[in-house]
Amino acid sequence: MTEPQIQLRALRKIYPAKGADVVALDGIDLDVPRGAIHGIVGRSGAGKSTLIRCLTLLERPTSGTVTIDGQELSGLPEAKLRSARRRIGMVFQHVNLLDSRTIAGNVAYPLEIAGVPRAQRASRVAELLELVGLADRADAYPAELSGGQMQRVGIARALATEPAVLLCDEPTSALDSATTRQILGLIRDLRDRLGITVLIITHEMAVVREICDSVTLLGHGKVVEHGALGDVVGKYGSHLARELIPVPDLPLGVERSLVEVAYSTDDVATHVVLAAVAALGTDAEIAAGTIETLAGRRVGRLQIDLPDDRVEEALSRLHSAGVHAEVTR
Amino acid sequence: MSWWSDFLANPVIQQKLPTATLETLQMVAVSSLLTALLGLPLGLLLHATAAGGLAPSRIVNSIVGAVVNFGRSLPFLILMIAVIPFTRWVVGTSLGWQAAVVPLTLGAVPFFARLVETSLREVSPGKVEAARVMGSTRIKIARAVLIREALPSVVAGLTVTVIALIGYSAMAGVIGGGGLGALAISYGYQRFDTQVMVACVVVIVVVVQLVQVIGDALARRLDHR
Ligand SMILES: Nc1ncnc2c1ncn2[C@@H]1O[C@H](COP(=O)(O)OP(=O)(O)O)[C@@H](O)[C@H]1O
Ligand SMILES: [Mg+2]
Repeated sequence: MTEPQIQLRALRKIYPAKGADVVALDGIDLDVPRGAIHGIVGRSGAGKSTLIRCLTLLERPTSGTVTIDGQELSGLPEAKLRSARRRIGMVFQHVNLLDSRTIAGNVAYPLEIAGVPRAQRASRVAELLELVGLADRADAYPAELSGGQMQRVGIARALATEPAVLLCDEPTSALDSATTRQILGLIRDLRDRLGITVLIITHEMAVVREICDSVTLLGHGKVVEHGALGDVVGKYGSHLARELIPVPDLPLGVERSLVEVAYSTDDVATHVVLAAVAALGTDAEIAAGTIETLAGRRVGRLQIDLPDDRVEEALSRLHSAGVHAEVTR
Repeated sequence: MSWWSDFLANPVIQQKLPTATLETLQMVAVSSLLTALLGLPLGLLLHATAAGGLAPSRIVNSIVGAVVNFGRSLPFLILMIAVIPFTRWVVGTSLGWQAAVVPLTLGAVPFFARLVETSLREVSPGKVEAARVMGSTRIKIARAVLIREALPSVVAGLTVTVIALIGYSAMAGVIGGGGLGALAISYGYQRFDTQVMVACVVVIVVVVQLVQVIGDALARRLDHR
């Protein structure tokens, strides 16, 4: 077991304010292994941006440590920090390309900062643009590119100094769904080819489903849930599992209840679950449901609409069939 | 066409207009250059020391801001007279276009510095943040990101400043600065020579137009958005 590429220990960030101080991060522990794609999700204000700013030390943590690729950043003085940051590539929601430079110029910029000689820069830039599929746009300006192409340039730029980790802050939030899928595909492809460790901040569950190996849910500056994607979706009642495999909200008749059933085909076959539901008789109906394969695990979630006075019986039958079942309304 | 031949035959226009035009151009060119050289760093200082800037410092920001505001609030005519001792100390005399450069520069620097500050504020903070994550120093960020990204807008601001300087340069003529302003006062105003007046106006209008056209073209060339 190699040491994790990204390691956070008891990370706290407090913004001083008049009245009560804002505790933006309240003791975060996090390990991301080499080559993993890890997602950080959470509502607005949960502390996601603060977390990524602390990871790059753009914001000094109040306490706790940030260790990236074996180097503890949190203790470094500013000058050492500048060179240590070259081990981190960062991709931004709004890309933040320089409008005054061509695409090639933008990708060359981090190399200039790192003091790479001009000749080496040119060949590295060509290589990077090839990697993200934009070799033919080297001399274009950012304004001439589409949103997806711009983000590709942003990714090429982030990879320029061969970083160990790639931090992505809402990388697809400004893109449409088809472009989002392309960009996520590119990130996964780069991880596979370069072995880079990726941390993605997002508010879109689709992003987590599409590429994350593991996920952390932040809430009020704390880790609420955490785990490999396959494990998290198996914690049926959890917030993350519900968000990852959502079922629609349903209208409900008088004196009727909704029982939610969740299972994984690792534990129970779908036909066994359906048989247990069928045994409840004709006044219990499957009102909504979804069966999906996520992180190699097939998971089902059903909403059963039934009379109030049948709830007890339904729960006991379903539990004895070995599935998770709870009254949601 | 007798008005036109009269006009061209006017000895003042023949002999004094070219010199006066040259004086005005020199006065404006030198003070524009000095304004650009001094106003750009001053504008950068205003932006960098503001909250959220590259080197926030409330003390430096409020002192520099107050000095700049003081400079901007003085009417040019008063500034020009008030700095005469300083002008003598720098140039050795308070007469001639060289002397006029001093008050012109002092008047234009605070104005241009504020324009620069506004231009820099329009550069998205995300670009600065990206450069910081890449490990750039703050001085390099100021040059390669802030100033370079704001350049089209800074050039537009400089164009406005140069045109304002052309206006002020005429006023400088009043207290011995020479140039077209002095010519217009001594012939157009004191001797009612309308032809000289018209000639001065035409030359100034042409110069202003040229500056605007060149400034616009330069800003457009630099702007890739
Ligand atoms: N610079 C700051 N000064 C004071 N409070 C801040 C600052 N940045 C963020 N916060 C506060 O910290 C909390 C977490 O914010 P943020 O990390 O931006 O959350 P998220 O990115 O998940 O929406 C919020 O309550 C926010 O108001
Ligand atoms: Mg945020």
